[in-house]
Amino acid sequence: MNKRWRKFVTLVAASHAEMSEYRVELVLWILSSIMPFVLMGLWMKASHNAGGSLGPVGFARYFLAVFVIRQLTLVWVIYEFEEDVVKGRLSARLLHPIDPGWRYLASHLGERIARFPFLIGVCAAFFVLYPAAFWLPGPADAGRAFAALVAAFALRFLMQYAFAMVAFWSERANAIEDLWFFMYLFLSGFIAPLDLFPDSVRRVAELTPFPYLVYMPARILIGQQVDLTKGFLVMAVWGTGFWFLYRRLWKTGLKRYSAMGA
Amino acid sequence: MAIIEVHQLVKSFRVADKEPGFAGTLKHFVRRKYRDVEAVKGISFDIAPGEMVGFLGPNGAGKTTTLKMLTGLIHPTAGRVTVAGSEPFQRPPAFLKRITMVMGQKQQLIWDLPALDSLRINGAVYEIPEAECQRRIKELADMLELDEQLTKPVRKLSLGERMKAELLAALLHRPDVLFLDEPTLGLDVNAQASVREFLRQYNQRYRATILLTSHYMADITALCPRVLIIHQGKLMFDGDLDGILARFAPCREISIETKQPIDPATLHAYGDVLTSHGRIARLIVRREDLTASVGRLMADFDLRDLTVNDPPIEETIARIFTEANANEQTMA
Repeated sequence: MNKRWRKFVTLVAASHAEMSEYRVELVLWILSSIMPFVLMGLWMKASHNAGGSLGPVGFARYFLAVFVIRQLTLVWVIYEFEEDVVKGRLSARLLHPIDPGWRYLASHLGERIARFPFLIGVCAAFFVLYPAAFWLPGPADAGRAFAALVAAFALRFLMQYAFAMVAFWSERANAIEDLWFFMYLFLSGFIAPLDLFPDSVRRVAELTPFPYLVYMPARILIGQQVDLTKGFLVMAVWGTGFWFLYRRLWKTGLKRYSAMGA
Repeated sequence: MAIIEVHQLVKSFRVADKEPGFAGTLKHFVRRKYRDVEAVKGISFDIAPGEMVGFLGPNGAGKTTTLKMLTGLIHPTAGRVTVAGSEPFQRPPAFLKRITMVMGQKQQLIWDLPALDSLRINGAVYEIPEAECQRRIKELADMLELDEQLTKPVRKLSLGERMKAELLAALLHRPDVLFLDEPTLGLDVNAQASVREFLRQYNQRYRATILLTSHYMADITALCPRVLIIHQGKLMFDGDLDGILARFAPCREISIETKQPIDPATLHAYGDVLTSHGRIARLIVRREDLTASVGRLMADFDLRDLTVNDPPIEETIARIFTEANANEQTMA
């Protein structure tokens, strides 16, 4: 096995093993993210007056897709990194000949693998309770949705990791994420599909990275048309910007790191 | 050629000062006041390959800050450091593969998983082939007398077992240079002795260089022929353990046991009285006065026993720090 691949697979496997120790917590984490189901109920009721291309079943499918996407693209690296910096735990990671970013990434992927069976269970339960909404994306849509999901997770991770670097300057870097998350909630399609927004707002939103983190993959999953080229292009531009921001903050931040508490 | 070279190393930190109370909090919120604290003030030393060196100093002396600079965790404010041929703060992978750091109060093992899982990660991260990794785990586990403990979740291990497992994880890649910060902290006497013995064996087997800080003098006296003493960021002493006594304690300790109880007041003529209880007393005398004092004691008292020793190293070092603190306060 290639050395780099072996490193990453081992890190993911260890992270998955660690997460599997917390089975009850995993179920509780999933159940604590039921907001899309609440919104689904509201929008299904309001669907007759809401306009847009989705009827009650369409809204049900859309918000189920939002739930799935949210579960698979969840990122908490800023909280983990901030705690590691503040408590000095980053020191142990810096002493190893591997960029600490790989460990954080592996811990997310390990958790995702552990979470996946429970996620399938929730979806199955939903279809049992509301069989009219049952659908399965075709192979082409599934492939495109998978690519969009991977890109959405990568961009979400990169953005939050870049913000996490502020922990070298401030002990409360997650305040930035809180502000960012507020925009994410409104502009990503999490609260409502973007086609219900006024045109002017939607045009502005489409220049931000947010719609491509939830709305675009959700539309692909439920079989609606999306401009994939534009989506991936916008994500690539934002991703490149955040990559350079992360590298810059990492290099200057490390010089300020005082290894407090370790 | 030295494996660790430190020249005029300086580290200062900027810290925010806050006055107590509500007004202090408001002032701190609106306009923060900062001051620079110099934790390490221009220290220099070299360490040769295979040396075991004790790094001593009271809390806040700058020991851990120095170790962090030597391992590349923090950037020096000024000065030059070379460890294993690299500038540590550049953190090139080749350098990181040649060093390790063990902090007694911190752990790298994954808390909820058996130590073997963390060892597998280290094996992969340090690019040790699987078979070789297994061989090294077995070898080190034998040296550390670890067996089924490696398959138990780390949280279920005793402190001593955990520290041994930490050492195993830290040494799996067979580093040339070990930075050990209080590796026996909190361990019971048996576990301390066991860790010491392991470090001695590791040093002999792999000719590893070890820089060790510890508050337990037994660690230093058992392992380190050479000692660095740092106090308030300055290097006060660099030499062998005996040199500490010669430089800071040019005295000998005389213990006597008499046939009749001694009046402590009569002993002051022979030296400084450390203790005097009944027929047993301990005195400190200057080396140049030793022969005369012993002769007079033998002539003036009906002795059952007389022994001459160096004063305990622990007491000498404690006295060095106390006197240094007193001097600083006087100068301030």
